[in-house]
Amino acid sequence: MQIKEKVREFLSRFLRNYNVADDENLFDNKLVNSLFAMQLIVFIEREFEIALTNDDFQLENFQTINSIATLIELKKGSVLGEINNGGQ
Amino acid sequence: MGEYKVKSVGILGAGVMGTGVAQKMAQCHYDVVLVDISNEILQKSLLTIKKNLMLNNMMKLSKFNVEETINKILLTTDCEELRDVDVVIENIPEKVDVKLNLYEKVSKICKQECIFMVNTSCIPISRIANALSFSDKVIGVHFLNPVPAQKISEVIKGNSTSEDTVVLTQEFLKSIDIESTVINDSPGFVTNRLSHLFMNEAANLVMEGIAEPEQIDLIFTKGFHHEMGPLHTADLIGIDTVVDSIDILYSYYHDSRYVCSPCLRKMVEKGELGIKSGKGFFIY
Repeated sequence: MQIKEKVREFLSRFLRNYNVADDENLFDNKLVNSLFAMQLIVFIEREFEIALTNDDFQLENFQTINSIATLIELKKGSVLGEINNGGQ
Repeated sequence: MGEYKVKSVGILGAGVMGTGVAQKMAQCHYDVVLVDISNEILQKSLLTIKKNLMLNNMMKLSKFNVEETINKILLTTDCEELRDVDVVIENIPEKVDVKLNLYEKVSKICKQECIFMVNTSCIPISRIANALSFSDKVIGVHFLNPVPAQKISEVIKGNSTSEDTVVLTQEFLKSIDIESTVINDSPGFVTNRLSHLFMNEAANLVMEGIAEPEQIDLIFTKGFHHEMGPLHTADLIGIDTVVDSIDILYSYYHDSRYVCSPCLRKMVEKGELGIKSGKGFFIY
């Protein structure tokens, strides 16, 4: 399953009967609250096996499905980079 | 007692509650000694606090210097580190014998003036205080979950808790921006005598197929305007902790109202403990 699909599936648990667009602002539209944000963080770290750092905790990284997917791709890329570097 | 100034706080147990209490104290600039029997749990607790602080900053709920706040917390498995703390807040599992053993051990280490706050969800404070030689300094403070976001705690006066201890406790809670209301001792106090009935009966409704968890919580959030439904609350507390609390309530009241739902017990057997395990009534 693609990153966006997984994120969308996660969101659907909170947003029943509402199809959120990839570029729709989750927080501006009051679709979710801060309690959700913590669960989103836990989900991202667990599902994609990445560790978010202080620099990643910027609201713009979590505002839309697009931005969440970009963050995950970037983090997964850096994890792969570290593995590759370690292997050299 | 009015001269007694709290500067450092010892926190026993780094589970869900202990972690929340440690975060709250560090945020409010107290020096914290966080004690647990497991180094792994301590590290997990610190990571959770760090994430919560970063999340708070991101959501603009508050502005904390994450490293500075984290540095207020000393992690240790050694109770001897509690020798200089002014207040101890105990958050270990709801087992009376285990609590009593710990209090006896810690009281020999802590200074004489130290106040002991029992953060139990159901055990009567006098049940613990009366077994100890310093019962006047033992008081119940029921911090509610999630602690850093809460604005009120019920303070439970045991039958030998001194007035000085009550006053100091209320002043201390005020200093961390928590309003307090003093009630008399009773198993489950006000909060859990009521809230656990809701959680237990909501679990029975799920078991009987009357409603899905989402429907039950929806009725509470949209109908009763609760911020969170009973099943999400149970997931947040931890299903195992909820079961322990209901069992304690039953052991004191012997009332069928507090017979634990088989649905809750089954979830514990399956390891579905709520948010902390990734699955409870909902998936996380």
